Amino acid sequence: MGDTMFGDLASVRDGLKDVDYLADDGIASVVFLAEKLGKPVLVEGPAGTGKTELAKSVAAMTDARLIRLQCYEGLDEAKALYEWNYKKQLLRIQADRGSEASSEDWTELQDDIFNDEFLLTRPLLEAISAEEKIVLLIDEVDRVEVETEALLLEILSDYQVSIPELGTIEAKQIPIVFLTSNNTRELSEALKRRCLFLHIDYPQLEREKEIVLTKVDGISDNLAEQVARIVRSIRQIELKKSPSVSETLDWARTLVLLGVESIDVEQAKESLHILLKYQSDIEKAAKELTVEG
Amino acid sequence: MLDLMSGFVVELRNAGLPVSLTENLDAMEAVKHIPIEDRDAFKYALAATLVKNEQHWKAFETVFEVYFSLRGPEYNVVDEDGEIDEDSLEEWMSQQMRGMGGQGSAEDMSPEEIAEMLFRALMNADEAMMAAMARAAVTQFAGMEPGRPVGGTYYLYRTLRNLDLDGMMDRLMEEAQERSDNDMTPLQERLEREEFENRIEDLKREIEAEIRRRLVADRGVEAMAKTLRKPLPEDVDFMHASREEMANIRKAIQPLTRKLAARLARKRKHKRKGPLDFRATVRQSLSYGGVPAEPRFRNPRPNKPELIVVADISGSVAAFARFTLHLVYALQNQFSKVRSFVFIDGLDEVTHMFQNEEDITNAVHRVNTEADVVWVDGHSDYGHAFGVFWENFGSEINSKSTVMFLGDARNNYHATNAWVIKETAKKARSVFWLNPEPKSYWDTGDSVITEYATHTDGVFECRNLRQLEGFVDHLA
Repeated sequence: MGDTMFGDLASVRDGLKDVDYLADDGIASVVFLAEKLGKPVLVEGPAGTGKTELAKSVAAMTDARLIRLQCYEGLDEAKALYEWNYKKQLLRIQADRGSEASSEDWTELQDDIFNDEFLLTRPLLEAISAEEKIVLLIDEVDRVEVETEALLLEILSDYQVSIPELGTIEAKQIPIVFLTSNNTRELSEALKRRCLFLHIDYPQLEREKEIVLTKVDGISDNLAEQVARIVRSIRQIELKKSPSVSETLDWARTLVLLGVESIDVEQAKESLHILLKYQSDIEKAAKELTVEG
Repeated sequence: MLDLMSGFVVELRNAGLPVSLTENLDAMEAVKHIPIEDRDAFKYALAATLVKNEQHWKAFETVFEVYFSLRGPEYNVVDEDGEIDEDSLEEWMSQQMRGMGGQGSAEDMSPEEIAEMLFRALMNADEAMMAAMARAAVTQFAGMEPGRPVGGTYYLYRTLRNLDLDGMMDRLMEEAQERSDNDMTPLQERLEREEFENRIEDLKREIEAEIRRRLVADRGVEAMAKTLRKPLPEDVDFMHASREEMANIRKAIQPLTRKLAARLARKRKHKRKGPLDFRATVRQSLSYGGVPAEPRFRNPRPNKPELIVVADISGSVAAFARFTLHLVYALQNQFSKVRSFVFIDGLDEVTHMFQNEEDITNAVHRVNTEADVVWVDGHSDYGHAFGVFWENFGSEINSKSTVMFLGDARNNYHATNAWVIKETAKKARSVFWLNPEPKSYWDTGDSVITEYATHTDGVFECRNLRQLEGFVDHLA
């Protein structure tokens, strides 16, 4: 299993680049280790820095199927792990009654309705019971309550799921697991301990420029440089919400569509609403950009 | 290697990072897969396994730099020029200094030459050159003496003073002006300036690293790690937080308030069950062969708790007050109903100032300038402020409200009016008091905290984020 998947660090980085994800040293090392050690990766960082994208890219790179579990408040095991298909089970019981119900049949019936046929697999169970290669993405894990987190622990440390009626289902292959968090709350120690930790921050100027160049068609080197610089400049202002990488890309695309060759203050100000989502932020940034540094 | 690793982990723990045994083992496992000569990858591998909190990254980095400083490719203190840079450096220098007497080493350059070369390196963003110059500058200016017990900051200061980076900045800007064909627009100028500032920051970091490397070589790893140890963000005292530390604290408050909101809401969640959950009931009935023997209920929607915050913003707690206002602002976003009051010797409601202001700095500014909190002389008078509070707003406290008092209870020997707290506690669901003073100072001098404390549900020492978090956890 696994070991032949990634040769060395450089191949991870190149592989990610081939699927248009520009990884820095930290990201590449952690992805590499995740596969080598068979440990889940907890990815943290501001919104829109490519956390989810990383999981998708790794899936694309390794030709694996991506299974995604979107977390939200109130998520329970019926939606994350597995659920008995009770409607079908009911039907089965009903059908049995119709013919001839006798007590000897009962054990048989019980065995019958608690088997794979009546089991609805949810993302987590699906991920470990699949035969092919899997990248499992547990998105925004900080949204579930602390208690629900415990539900993930078994699968994350041992790659198995225990179902009382069936016993323990073990993984047929070790999936590469990514958990993302926007850090709205502190995750439990138990969860953190089981994961490799990766913090993705806003990229450095050069990397952001490259990201813009890779992702935006028909952008000139000069414009990409300017975009990256202005975005960095805006991020230094204290705002409610700093522009994310995805917003940078949207902005760059808009500028290309508008046929802008080089940005002046007016153009920048007019299109600020793509970069920033709060009126107060837009006003503040516009003011800052006009007044020279 | 094993010794080194365990020493490293011990030092991380000394610095306050929680490193568990399993994490330690993971780290050992991880480095097996990493080519040891790849220093960056090595660092990230350790970080991924040992550091599970982004705020601890800085502390980790410091310890790492100290412990593994002698093993990086940059380590070449003994022979002055690093192997990696040597070629390019030599080549570059021979180009630049043709006819200047053929100096080939950074060691015997005059200050002017260093400044000139540094200027060019910054202008062209030549990293290798910048690193080499940082090394030269440290050799020239820091005046490091082996065994001399001064900290790294002293050397850093000496080096930077001699380099005159502000002057450098001006020169860089002028040069950039000249290079651009037409006049630069303000926007361009701003961007240029930021680019240079960035490069200068890089240079400073490089110099710092160089000094650290030399200090480690001189004094040994353990001694250095000890001197560089700094409190983690959650242990920083609010009262003495630097600007940068304050910014970190602000970032950390947000998740905490959410947690606080969740905790206060959850208490009531367990009291009563909601309406019948049909789906779950049928599902459960299968355990009884289809007979719905055990009904299931939905969890009720958690009610949003009401919060009343009464904060002291007088001079004696000025630093704490800054933090308090941030906390109040953050709370306001989490709770459906928050009413906030600030006082010195008078008391004023400031809820609206936080509500209508999207920007925290503006809000704080408004509170500091507009709130009518001075009654006589602007020295804390808890008694009077509480009196006003009870008279005007006492009737609005009900069994849903949680009341939080923030202050050091230093009353300047005025009347305490502790009955206000007593009456408030009778009406409100709970009353808490957060005190920014160390416990040992309580009830000394004019502090009357105990008199108030007897009526509250608890007084908590709240000097750093860890304690604030402890308070929030206590609520559960």
